[in-house]
Amino acid sequence: MSEHIFEVKDFNLYYGNHHALKNINMSMKKNAITALIGPSGCGKSSFIKTLNRMNDLVDSAKYSGEIFYNGQNILNKDIDLCDLRTKIGMVFQRPNPFPMSIYDNIAYGPRLQGIKKKAILDEIVEQSLTSAAIFDEVKDRLKKSATSLSGGQQQRLCIARALAIKPDVLLMDEPTSALDPISTSKIEELALELKKDYSIIIVTHNMQQALRIADDTAFFLLGDLIECDNTDTIFTKPKNQKTKDYVTGRFG
Amino acid sequence: MKYVINSKSNLQEKVAHGAFFTLGTLNILLVTLICVYLLLAGLPGIIKIGFFDFIFNDTWASTAQNPQFGILPFILTSLYGTLAALLLGMPIGFFCAIYLSFFVSKKLKTFCIGLIDLLSGIPSVIFGFIGMLVLVPFLQELFNLPDGASLLAAILVLALMILPSIIKVSIVALEAVPKQYIEGSLALGANEVETYFKVIVPAAKSGIAAAFVLGVGRAIGEAMAVMMVSGNASNMPALFESVRFLTSAVASEMSYSQGLQKEALFSIALVLFVFILTINASFNFILKRGQRK
Repeated sequence: MSEHIFEVKDFNLYYGNHHALKNINMSMKKNAITALIGPSGCGKSSFIKTLNRMNDLVDSAKYSGEIFYNGQNILNKDIDLCDLRTKIGMVFQRPNPFPMSIYDNIAYGPRLQGIKKKAILDEIVEQSLTSAAIFDEVKDRLKKSATSLSGGQQQRLCIARALAIKPDVLLMDEPTSALDPISTSKIEELALELKKDYSIIIVTHNMQQALRIADDTAFFLLGDLIECDNTDTIFTKPKNQKTKDYVTGRFG
Repeated sequence: MKYVINSKSNLQEKVAHGAFFTLGTLNILLVTLICVYLLLAGLPGIIKIGFFDFIFNDTWASTAQNPQFGILPFILTSLYGTLAALLLGMPIGFFCAIYLSFFVSKKLKTFCIGLIDLLSGIPSVIFGFIGMLVLVPFLQELFNLPDGASLLAAILVLALMILPSIIKVSIVALEAVPKQYIEGSLALGANEVETYFKVIVPAAKSGIAAAFVLGVGRAIGEAMAVMMVSGNASNMPALFESVRFLTSAVASEMSYSQGLQKEALFSIALVLFVFILTINASFNFILKRGQRK
């Protein structure tokens, strides 16, 4: 097995006639955090949504090229999307807990996989909430509605919900853009903790965030992948002038 | 003068306030008036006949030598008829709403909703008319009955009549569910059907309950169509018997009634009114309690 969780080869994405991602080639390491940065509309969100094929929900989306996950091309027509998404979990930009209890939110995924025994579900719920560093805050109100939590708690609940199905990869699409600084730092610490067990791909608008937590950083601009390297290299001695302009705040 | 702030001219606000206040009060007054009138008109009959004799007597013979005013057959017919129409119409309407919300193309959906609007705009007398001409003879033939006009015919017509409102309100409720729930569910490895039934339908349940209440209201309040297909005889309810509903009992005798008979008809209206109020109030109560949890 290679040390890469994803290998992207000549990937192109179109929304109708709009060429959203152009000839992307990159690889992402196992048990590492890869940050995708770039100005709005550069295609980084579209890219991360391709990794678990959520882009298939967009009718006009078409793609070409190959994306290998552990050596398997996930863009193949005969990939079982449900199975793919249990291995590659996702956390969205806006926290989206279901309007049900905290417990049922976490148990949703495992129940889909046919786990019915209460003892096992209880254990998964506790484990997931603990891994997402929110168990202590909610352990006394697992039966309360998840929508009553604060935004930061909701987002950690969504991370716990994604962890409950025991994925291999965690995709995070700007997970802190709707949160306050304290909740943000909690999620960042959490990401650093989680990379021991998971490979994490994170889209972020916040360059400081990439600098703080990411091992590798990829810079996207107008659908092109400009540069992808070690985070330190990207921020201190980027090879491309555009990257340098962006990370030093000259545009974007 | 540049720095002087104008004093506010609030004539417009005063006029608007006055207009809304008058119209709102008028509306509340009218509703109250209807309630009071119904009580005043309905109570004497019940008192003269006797509450238990009125409600629990199973014989209605309003024009006999020794008139009897028992409305138990009407009450039971209305209850059974409404319940059965809902049992039939609710699942059909609900699944139709799910189908139209999630499984069909935008074009087909717009077309179907147009048809459903048309269906809800058809006057009830037309439903009754078609029921008389098509459904009643068909049932007569199918079950080999002396007369096809029966409780069953009324149930089928009612089920059809409540469909449009159930479908439309359910669709609105289903589509009000945020898209993020769908994404969240799919991202956890759920397929589309699992997503619809485990996340979206529970999230839309108060709207779907509203559709149910609307269906109950329409079914229990319908007079004309059921009168035309139910045979309108005051029998105790049975599927293949000719029956009379609370509504059609009032409608069919009102034009020639007098004296105690007329008072009894008002009393029936009062009973119907109490039924609808109770049903709506209890659903509101259940819904509110469900939300608080």
